[in-house]
Amino acid sequence: MVGFIVRRFIAMLLTLLAVSIVAFAIIQLPPGDFLTSYIAQLASTGDQVDPRVIENLRAQYGLGEPFYVQYWKWITGVVQGNFGHSFEWKRPVWELIWGRIGNSILLEGLAVIVMWFVALPIGIYAAVRKYSLGDYLSTILGFIGLAVPNFLFALILMYLAYTWFGTTLGGLFSPEFEMARWSLPRVWDFLSHAWAPVLVLATAGTAELIRILRANLLDEMKKPYVVTARAKGLPEWKVILKYPVRLALNPLISTIGWLLPALVSGSVIVSVVMNLPTAGPMLLRSLTTQDMYLAGAIILLLSVLTVIGTLISDILLALIDPRIRYGAR
Amino acid sequence: MAVLLMETPVSEIAPRRIARESQLGLMWRRFRQHRLALISLWVVVFFYAVAILAEFLSPTDPSAYNARYTYAPPQGIHFFDRNEDGSWYFGPFVYGYKTEIDPVALRRTFVIDEEVRLPVRFFAESAPYRLAGLIPMSTRFIGLENPRDPFYILGADRLGRDLLSRLIHGTRISLSIGLAGVTLSLFFGIVIGGFAGFYGGRFDGVVMRVVEFIRSMPTIPLWLGLAAALPRDWSALQTYFAITIILSLIGWTELARVVRGRFLSLRTEDFVTAAQLDGASDWRIVTRHMVPSFTSHIIAAATLAIPGMILAETALSFLGLGLQAPIVSWGTLLQDAQNIRTLATAPWLLMPGLCVIVVILALNFLGDGLRDAADPHGR
Amino acid sequence: MPQIPMAAEPILAIKNMSITFTSPDEADVEAVRQVDLTLTAGKTLALVGESGCGKSVTARAILRLLDKSALLPSGEILFNHGQGTVDIARLKPDSLAMRSIRGAEISMIFQEPMTSLSPVHTIGDQIDEVIVLHEGVSPKKARERTVHLLDQVGISGARERANAYPFELSGGLRQRAMIAMALACTPKLLIADEPTTALDVTTQAQILDLLRQLQDDFGMAMLFITHDLGVVAEIADEVAVMYLGDVVEQGDVYEVFRSPQHPYTQALMNSVPHLRRKADRQRLSPIKGTVPSPKDRPAGCAFTSRCPYVFEPCAGTRPAPTEVGAGHLARCHLLARTKMEALA
Repeated sequence: MVGFIVRRFIAMLLTLLAVSIVAFAIIQLPPGDFLTSYIAQLASTGDQVDPRVIENLRAQYGLGEPFYVQYWKWITGVVQGNFGHSFEWKRPVWELIWGRIGNSILLEGLAVIVMWFVALPIGIYAAVRKYSLGDYLSTILGFIGLAVPNFLFALILMYLAYTWFGTTLGGLFSPEFEMARWSLPRVWDFLSHAWAPVLVLATAGTAELIRILRANLLDEMKKPYVVTARAKGLPEWKVILKYPVRLALNPLISTIGWLLPALVSGSVIVSVVMNLPTAGPMLLRSLTTQDMYLAGAIILLLSVLTVIGTLISDILLALIDPRIRYGAR
Repeated sequence: MAVLLMETPVSEIAPRRIARESQLGLMWRRFRQHRLALISLWVVVFFYAVAILAEFLSPTDPSAYNARYTYAPPQGIHFFDRNEDGSWYFGPFVYGYKTEIDPVALRRTFVIDEEVRLPVRFFAESAPYRLAGLIPMSTRFIGLENPRDPFYILGADRLGRDLLSRLIHGTRISLSIGLAGVTLSLFFGIVIGGFAGFYGGRFDGVVMRVVEFIRSMPTIPLWLGLAAALPRDWSALQTYFAITIILSLIGWTELARVVRGRFLSLRTEDFVTAAQLDGASDWRIVTRHMVPSFTSHIIAAATLAIPGMILAETALSFLGLGLQAPIVSWGTLLQDAQNIRTLATAPWLLMPGLCVIVVILALNFLGDGLRDAADPHGR
Repeated sequence: MPQIPMAAEPILAIKNMSITFTSPDEADVEAVRQVDLTLTAGKTLALVGESGCGKSVTARAILRLLDKSALLPSGEILFNHGQGTVDIARLKPDSLAMRSIRGAEISMIFQEPMTSLSPVHTIGDQIDEVIVLHEGVSPKKARERTVHLLDQVGISGARERANAYPFELSGGLRQRAMIAMALACTPKLLIADEPTTALDVTTQAQILDLLRQLQDDFGMAMLFITHDLGVVAEIADEVAVMYLGDVVEQGDVYEVFRSPQHPYTQALMNSVPHLRRKADRQRLSPIKGTVPSPKDRPAGCAFTSRCPYVFEPCAGTRPAPTEVGAGHLARCHLLARTKMEALA
């Protein structure tokens, strides 16, 4: 078990290294170095630029030096929590994003929880009552989740809420709670806002999980150990829950590995549509204004989030499946 | 002690009709049995036909604007009407518009005027254009008798442009970018996956790590980052190709995985070993023996990859970092629908979304059908 | 030759049982036709036949473990649980009455010890479960029993092995664990569905020895399903030969092996290789033709299409069982005819 986690952890570190290189490459992508455009921008607004400040910045980011030197300067800063400077906001990147990344994590975490809580009973029902009305309904839900892109779903939901109830869905907090500390009323306010984006985010994943769980469970229910369990005299529901469901969960947990990237992707675009204070809209804005250190930091953190989530799902899988824990096939 | 009874097969082997059929022929035969997939095939064919015949099918020029008809509601198309004298009127037509002043908002709104009947004509004369940029033509599929009358079957947008025409042209861009992206991905996928699968070893290991890495990344932020770096002064065509390349940079991984998997499993098949023992060259083994036996799988996997491409383009353009304004795609069309208040006054702007859903569903059913047909034992 | 004591009350009596599989698209298939079997305490009945002949279906019907598509349109499965008899054929498969018989009064072991045990639960876990379920003892007490049982079936280091997962054990040990699980509540009847087929020959012999010894200790009746005539000779007191849903011949194992009466049983005996010197070897005589699908079974004797002695009544009329010795029955028109001739 320890060996397994260590191996996974090393693999994760390598992935993180690759992720950081990709993120830094994106920072470097726009033509010209940002300092030049920064100076031009300052000059256009009539600000005088102290050449010494410029020189300091040039040294700090290693501009004009080879890619790997610049990368090294950037990554050593990142590891110490210094993600660079946002030239649009004129503030350190970390100050700008930590709250928004937190909201992203909160939203995506809630979406994962909702997915599981909805998909589990429906998937089990659909498999146990194969070809029943409920099974067909869940299949239809699956198709909808598959074909409706989540930003479109968000738009439709907002449109319906606006025309039917006259309310605008959007944001995560009412203005009075925006900056408040966490308290019970604030949690309530958050939940009354968050249900819509969480619903939107969870739909596609839920549909996918139901489909996978149903297929896995149908496979598992044909296995001989189910007959053994029945032959013990266990009631049918206990047979299903203790044996095939338990085994069908294993491949389901490993789906988190690719569900999470899709979820993070989806949350970026849904946040833009629903105007949520998460990392998504800030990423979009920083990219359009070419505020590259901010954009790079967000891309890096979203990817790191995904990689860590995948690691957690791997460890979870090892915890519940002895075959992986003991390295057996 | 182990004296076993003969385990004989339960059913007798039916005498076989000697017939030959290619892999693809067999695939088509099995595919026809999936009704949903067959219907989806026709839906997809319909949409691609629309994409090819965009100029001919669209009633007006997609960029022709008319500030008088901002957010004009859909006219629909009608076939029967009762004349004032009680007799029936037959034939396709649309109603005209009249303006009303909203007493509360003091805003000018359009309403359908059932008094004015504008007959629709098939193969109407129009300004000359080139179909798909090649064939010079001067008729459109439908048009009004008087080209200056308003003709908005699906309504108008902010600038009074015809949504239907824009939708039809958007179909061309969105579907072609899906196809182009998949073609490019397929090229990368077959080359990289093929090498990895055929030669295996260290190269295979590296390729698979890279594939795994790319698949573990959230795609939208990456795509956004890449798309944002495109120079703003690029022409429409340049942007179009750049976006295609960006989409394929991530899209090739799935196809490479499929190709590699097939190669790996085929490599140990007896008929490949037999060809090797016969002294066939690698190239000959790959092209004559291996590729034919998995073309059907590749077709299925490629079909299943198109929806992802279309969705990605739509999402990028929707966020404003994909295709830019003069190009019309489903994504750029949906950009107009971003504002909830606009959407409330002009809900028909969501029409492109409906097209996205229908096409994605159809392509998925089609791909599933193809996959089942390619691999009847694979499920 | 030991005679079956007629006085002994049978544990289980299957009378005239038929099993039909229904399907929405196709005609019903009668997988088992009018089978009579009797099981007595301390005795083993072997059910022999080729795969697909209905022997496993018969066994599963006793525990009502068949799918919903399987019906028991006629016949009785009378089980004597000490306080009178109950007709299992009339119980609902998921009813409390049926469930309290399963695992407690009648239990079953299966062919594939790997896949028949859950791979993600420990052996001990899976055995404890039966004991807790049927006897309502605490899990701790149940574990004590489990360890004792594992010891009894010859698993060394039983206490540690109880915490092992199935994939950590060899095939033979897994099958022993299955047996321990089946015997956990000292059932009156043990159904063994090809328990040695998936094992190698030496392990096979050990498992058979173990089963025989445990039968002596526990005194349960055993229904042993196999397609291996060698195993039958090893373990059975009585044998019933099945062909395509019919029990064509049944009786005392020595009796049947010594003088098989049904053409199918005779053909089976001829298809068994014997150990001979090379010069004396003869070619095996396999049974000609292949087993038809149950759908194409003639209305009469199921063996009609492959029988060397086929004559007029075979295809049309189903032969009734003829008693050819004490408790030795065979369903064949030939026997009925010779009997008639002898009487005439």
